Amino acid sequence: MSADTTPSSTETLTRPPAVPQYADGPGGQRPSLLRLTAVELRKLADTRAGYWLLIVIALLSAGIVTVLLLSAPEADQRFENFFALGQFPVGVLLPILGILLVTSEFSQRTAVTTFALVPQRHRVVVAKLAAGAVAALVSVLVSVATSAVGTLLATLGGNPPDAWSTSAFAMLGAAVFQVVSVLMGIAFGLLLQNTPLAIVLSLVLPIAWSMLGGMISKLRTAAEWLDTGLTTAPLIEPPGAGDLTGGEWARLGVSVAVWAGVPLVAGLVRTIRREVS
Amino acid sequence: MSTSDRSAGPGRPGTLDGMISVERLSKRYGGHTAVDDVSFTCAPGTVTGFLGPNGAGKSTTMRMICGFTPPTAGTATVHGVDYRRLPNPGREVGLLLDAGAMHPGRTGRETLRLSAQVMGVPRRRVDECLDQVGLNAVAAKRRVRAYSLGMRQRLGLAQALLGSPRVLILDEPANGLDPEGIFWMRGLLRDFADRGGTVLLSSHLLREVEAVADRLVVIGAGRVVAQGSKDELLAGAGTAARARDPEALRAALDRAGLPVRAGTDGGLLVSADPGAVGQVAADAGVALVELRPAESAGLEQIFLSLTAGDSVREAVR
Repeated sequence: MSADTTPSSTETLTRPPAVPQYADGPGGQRPSLLRLTAVELRKLADTRAGYWLLIVIALLSAGIVTVLLLSAPEADQRFENFFALGQFPVGVLLPILGILLVTSEFSQRTAVTTFALVPQRHRVVVAKLAAGAVAALVSVLVSVATSAVGTLLATLGGNPPDAWSTSAFAMLGAAVFQVVSVLMGIAFGLLLQNTPLAIVLSLVLPIAWSMLGGMISKLRTAAEWLDTGLTTAPLIEPPGAGDLTGGEWARLGVSVAVWAGVPLVAGLVRTIRREVS
Repeated sequence: MSTSDRSAGPGRPGTLDGMISVERLSKRYGGHTAVDDVSFTCAPGTVTGFLGPNGAGKSTTMRMICGFTPPTAGTATVHGVDYRRLPNPGREVGLLLDAGAMHPGRTGRETLRLSAQVMGVPRRRVDECLDQVGLNAVAAKRRVRAYSLGMRQRLGLAQALLGSPRVLILDEPANGLDPEGIFWMRGLLRDFADRGGTVLLSSHLLREVEAVADRLVVIGAGRVVAQGSKDELLAGAGTAARARDPEALRAALDRAGLPVRAGTDGGLLVSADPGAVGQVAADAGVALVELRPAESAGLEQIFLSLTAGDSVREAVR
């Protein structure tokens, strides 16, 4: 770079030098969202609760593979099936991690420090959402790895047909599924700001809605659009996991907007307005 | 850019940098007024003691300064701007509002590392600060759950110092510290101010603040009842006197027309200089066992009058 020829840098040179605020260097830089996201990722794992939840998620992923290897018919011991079944336990536990990431700030009152260092509270929320999404994507990579190990073991012990067949859609579908699950968790955490309440309601409400939709025929059409169990199924269920039709994407979008979008916006407003003490 | 706002501001450097400025701050919760028209400033190089009984509005005022609680009226600024507009507040203001507000599942060192990462200060600052507050390597590795209140206060102070700020705002930092710890903290805060820093610390104990503060702001039921330099507030408090026969001394002082009231320790407080009081006692033939300028007794009276009922015991503890 020829710094002395560009007009903008000559301007910089003629401007009086900024007064250094402190002896140890300028402190005026706002922490970047990238840095805040790294901090939130660190918070996921640096407490006992978070650390063990991550371990349990990894163990369950491996456990599902083991169970399939031991009990499923040889023809079903294929990558696609290992991968699809592994999504369910992760999809239940990862949102709990997302809830804890938010609610522990209030239950343990660490919000006092968090918001003292970053008074623009929405930036903290964005960093938490980003950290949750990163965790979800990492979980998919872990699933790919455990499923691959399972498939390898299956091919060593027998010869399941099309053992390795899968598609990029399956990966995409799982990634969307996990990201949506975590975002729902974080949204419930933000809205309720109470750990047990957020965990219970985020698990119970969709199931209750699902049961109502199943029992009451008038609700059936609504359930097709709002029951996240139904709308997210095409993302992970083989065959053709992740390869959604336009209508399926639309239903997914609507259900996610209702179950994640609405609580997220309401929770964000509540978090920004809340008096922290 | 928020950084250029500040460097372009008219007050920099010197006038507003390092200042805490509170102007006509009020907070009402429904019908209850927690803070009522409070104004004061804290300048670089000074320690300001923010005194008042429990529930007087100290914490609420401090939370309003730091943007945690929106004020009903009035403004508060640090370095000349609203705290929430500071681009990287941890590097400019060290806060200790609640030593209990730490995650019990994190280690002491991890608690500081998270903050250091947000502020963008190097990792070695974490160990420097732990060292500075007297938490050794063993303590730093333990989870906060296992910390005593005194250790949490030290960790909180380490967190406040982490970003090398020029302003410290501390709410009841001496709570839970042992006498040695309180002595150590006074030295630390005095040194911080002597190097040009600004300290605002609250307490409900007059004695605790008296030893370190240059200025005092006394608050009761949400209102400032006295403020000024410590010397100003403590001067003119008169004379504390104690006699073998208190009744005789009181009668003699009354005859001499000197205003007398009972002190907090069983002696008498006289609004006159010690020479005059000694003369009255000598003339009346009353033997004195104590005669001295009543330093903080006047302030202690103000302080006591703020408290009523159950909280009295706590205020004079």
